[in-house]
Amino acid sequence: MREINVSEVTKTVSKLCMDSCYYLPEELLAKFKNAAAEEESPLGREILGTIIENAELAKRKAVPICQDTGLTVVFMEIGQDVHFVGGDLYTAIHAGVADGYVNGYLRKSSVDDPLFIRKNTNDNTPAIIHTTIVPGDKVKITVCPKGCGSENMGAMKMLKPADGVEGVIKFVVDTVRSAGPNPCPPVTVGVGIGGNMEKAALLAKYSLTRKVGEHNANPQYAELEAKLLELVNKTGVGPSGLGGSTTAVAVNIEYAPTHIGGLPVAVNLNCHAARRAEAEI
Amino acid sequence: MSEQAVIKYIKTPLTEETVKGLHAGDVVRISGPIYTARDAAHKRLTEALARGEKLPLDLTDNVIYYVGPSPTKPGEVVGSAGPTTSGRMDKYTPTLIEQGMRGMIGKGLRSQEVIDACVKHGAVYFVAIGGAAAVISQSIKGEEMIAYEDLGPEAIRRYEVEDFPAIVCIDTEGNDFYKEGIAKYSKEK
Ligand code: SF4
Repeated sequence: MREINVSEVTKTVSKLCMDSCYYLPEELLAKFKNAAAEEESPLGREILGTIIENAELAKRKAVPICQDTGLTVVFMEIGQDVHFVGGDLYTAIHAGVADGYVNGYLRKSSVDDPLFIRKNTNDNTPAIIHTTIVPGDKVKITVCPKGCGSENMGAMKMLKPADGVEGVIKFVVDTVRSAGPNPCPPVTVGVGIGGNMEKAALLAKYSLTRKVGEHNANPQYAELEAKLLELVNKTGVGPSGLGGSTTAVAVNIEYAPTHIGGLPVAVNLNCHAARRAEAEI
Repeated sequence: MSEQAVIKYIKTPLTEETVKGLHAGDVVRISGPIYTARDAAHKRLTEALARGEKLPLDLTDNVIYYVGPSPTKPGEVVGSAGPTTSGRMDKYTPTLIEQGMRGMIGKGLRSQEVIDACVKHGAVYFVAIGGAAAVISQSIKGEEMIAYEDLGPEAIRRYEVEDFPAIVCIDTEGNDFYKEGIAKYSKEK
């Protein structure tokens, strides 16, 4: 058994909040540079150039890539041989978020009550926390803040098994097309297939923690990712939704076993400011 | 439609003549004062009008920027300040255009009511590149509090901008560049 003081979690989460909001993942930046060379629309190429310039400027100045530094989503894989000491784990995560957002000059966008009061909590807490227990004695933390322009364009549908692959394709492409400019394309399309309603939604979000360029290990799903990417890029939505051939840079699918009577599908669109930072304790 | 991006340099406040000369798809650089307002400020402005009150700013010929910036780091003029989704303001926009507002800067689709008001009263909708917040901030040279300070990041501020980068999306003839641009590059049958 390994003891970890929760203060270390707080410190790590705080740093990951800042890092994720200031520094675009390198492989995504490289992807945008390729896309800028291949984009068909002259205006689209210019927009991609600005997106690249923006990411590089944010990095140099350590300022947010985008002003909407989102709700803070925290994925945590906890080794089952870890014993947390020094306080409550969830409190420690929230403290890390508060510290990162207040001291990192990140925008606080979290309201306490969603319907009636909607008062800003002023430190971006509470984080949305997803934990899984894994073998070992390490803790992996992934922080991926996400703004509402893209989060609002997500969709979920309980398809019928008879809808099959064609049904999934139609739903994903329709979702990207009707989102148009709103999720700040070029997007990464996260798709969750199977499980039940909440499982599919979580898989879609989890798929966005994947590095752009990595594919599903199952060849059939990897092939579907490639096909969906091609179809999504035919919609013409393009950079900033002003028309072009680069609507998405990746489609990531995660799947899970499901019921004999169901085929849940969830789509979560991530904007070009796809924030993600991870660390291991 | 030209393939090369010819840049038009325009000054605020906008005259009717200036906006009539702008077409959907034009790349522009805006200089002069612009005013910030998003959801909460729009609600207050239209409520004040409904009560017959005078607005805390004269909208005539002015441009409103839909933005809720990140906090300002010491040594900077403003924090990161890219556009927010304009559609949330659609409900309030026609009323403000009637008051003489000439331009809006945001990102994302607008309703038919907004497009109709642009045609009727001679106003334009510019889009800025969503998420390019650090680059956009470079063009903001000054900031002054104007109204509703209690709204924090949602308060109305005046930004003094220099060569603020944007694209004309809806012009005074009712063209919508989102539709035109996407139709041009769509490969779906
Ligand atoms: S959708 Fe993403 S890039 Fe666009 S404004 Fe929102 S957080 Fe920023």
